[in-house]
Amino acid sequence: MIKKYFYLILLVLLVSLSFFSLKFGAVSLSWQDTILALFGEAEPTTNIIIRELRFPRLLLAFLIGSGLGISGAALQGLLRNPLADPGILGVSAASGLGGVIAVYYGFASLFPLALPLMAIFFGGLATLVLVFIASREASVLTLILAGLAISSIAGALTSLAMSLAPTPLSMQEMVMWMLGSLENRSLTDVMLAAPFILLGIFMILPTSRTLSVLALGEDTATSMGVNVKKTRNLIVFGAAASVGAGVAVAGMIGFVGLVVPHIVRPFFGNDPGRSLIPSALMGGILLVLADLLVRQPLMQAELRIGIVTALVGAPVFLYIIFKTRESMR
Amino acid sequence: MTGLQIENISFNISGADILKNISCDLKVGEVVGLIGPNGAGKSSLIRAILGLVKINSGNVKWGGKSLSFVDLKARSHKIAYLAQGAPVHWPLSVEHIVGLGRIPHLNPMQTLGSDDVLAIDEALMRTDCMHLKNRIVTTLSGGERARVLLARVLASKSPFILADEPVASLDPAHQLKVMDILKNHAKDKGGVMVVMHDLNLALRYCDRLILLDDGNLIDQGTPDVILSDENLSNIFEIKASRWSQNEENFIVPHKGI
Repeated sequence: MIKKYFYLILLVLLVSLSFFSLKFGAVSLSWQDTILALFGEAEPTTNIIIRELRFPRLLLAFLIGSGLGISGAALQGLLRNPLADPGILGVSAASGLGGVIAVYYGFASLFPLALPLMAIFFGGLATLVLVFIASREASVLTLILAGLAISSIAGALTSLAMSLAPTPLSMQEMVMWMLGSLENRSLTDVMLAAPFILLGIFMILPTSRTLSVLALGEDTATSMGVNVKKTRNLIVFGAAASVGAGVAVAGMIGFVGLVVPHIVRPFFGNDPGRSLIPSALMGGILLVLADLLVRQPLMQAELRIGIVTALVGAPVFLYIIFKTRESMR
Repeated sequence: MTGLQIENISFNISGADILKNISCDLKVGEVVGLIGPNGAGKSSLIRAILGLVKINSGNVKWGGKSLSFVDLKARSHKIAYLAQGAPVHWPLSVEHIVGLGRIPHLNPMQTLGSDDVLAIDEALMRTDCMHLKNRIVTTLSGGERARVLLARVLASKSPFILADEPVASLDPAHQLKVMDILKNHAKDKGGVMVVMHDLNLALRYCDRLILLDDGNLIDQGTPDVILSDENLSNIFEIKASRWSQNEENFIVPHKGI
């Protein structure tokens, strides 16, 4: 019952936020123009604003948020740790390093797609390392430590690149990119990231039942006939693909993957397996909302979305922790 | 319905022999106790039978046919496992946890049907957990939680139950309660193999005991034979006092008087 209402509310939120997200921006449009432009029936400029700027941006925000939400939910279930964040795998840090390297060597100014492509390449490398480790009967602890190692190495190299930045401008470019933004993203970015994000989501979805059983521990889960190792590989690869691709086109966006499962889980009996799909939806909605907030006209300049998600996410997270610590113990 | 045959199981981890060529069986209707000092290989034997570890050689057979070590799902229909300490990692409701026991019987997208609800209720009834149905498991006491996890095992309707120290950390009343539940399960439907350290409970509840030491099967037979003074002093390095009351036998281990 609760489940039905929850989905209904999410759906209403998604649709209304999507329309707001299309309507508001640097140029405010009327509702009529917004909807007409979606079908290419408004003035040429308005058409371009909606179809080539705001719509890809909306799509990207939803996709990246969904990827972060479902990855966070799956990782928290797999690691049986409510503090797990998609960043724990180190793939986002590796993607970040790829992007920074693209800026450092100037590839990014030679042709714009170099940045996301390099980021995806580095994220992919980190994913391969992780999957290699995960497939060798590694324990969950080994995975966390491997992710930590990848994060540290990528973080150190990122700092190195920044400190040796050839010009202050390129350093600024690196920092701004790392902070996360959906500004000026086009359909090309969507085409680049969407396959990886969707692949990741569809790899994670079938693990739902195993995640439920994993609440009883790996041995008991195995004794109940589920394949824990396969689930681990699917989730590591799926989360890495969707999170890495998200970082590649939008930079680092923190806290969504950590907070969303905590908001969703209580509505689904605290079962991590049953909260995968709603976490994906909720993650997408939150990022659409965050992206709406960063470009509302009251701000002098556009805020970085990664900053907004952390600023809003951290207090929400604290609140949830205080509220649920009784039952978590 | 036939029992489980465990044939020639050997298992070693990086050169150390954990189980050395163990053969035993679990007949329908009986409670078999696995006893032995710490590190004897009791838990490893249970895990080997369940297919949780890669054994080096050996077989688990049911009805003359070998249970595949690959198809864990088929195995889960025959054997259910009550893990040691049995953790629960999320604040799930009791009903939901017991319902997880039905998962081996469901297809990937299938939800619980009326058969499943019946099995869940029966398991809750047998373990005296009906009144806890809507409670959150992390708010329960240790004894209640142990019973709920036992209910999860019963709900799976697997004929054989392998339980690893199910009564450790329970108060005396709950120890007896859990042993009664296991005994009844064996009587009704299947067999129970249970790792235990309490020799007194082993003597009173088990139909047969299997004595392990250092990965070897030392002896198996009825409790009064296995818990002989000779075995107790050779394997456990203890002595014991024994007496009978109302036709029940009791044993209390001590260092020697």
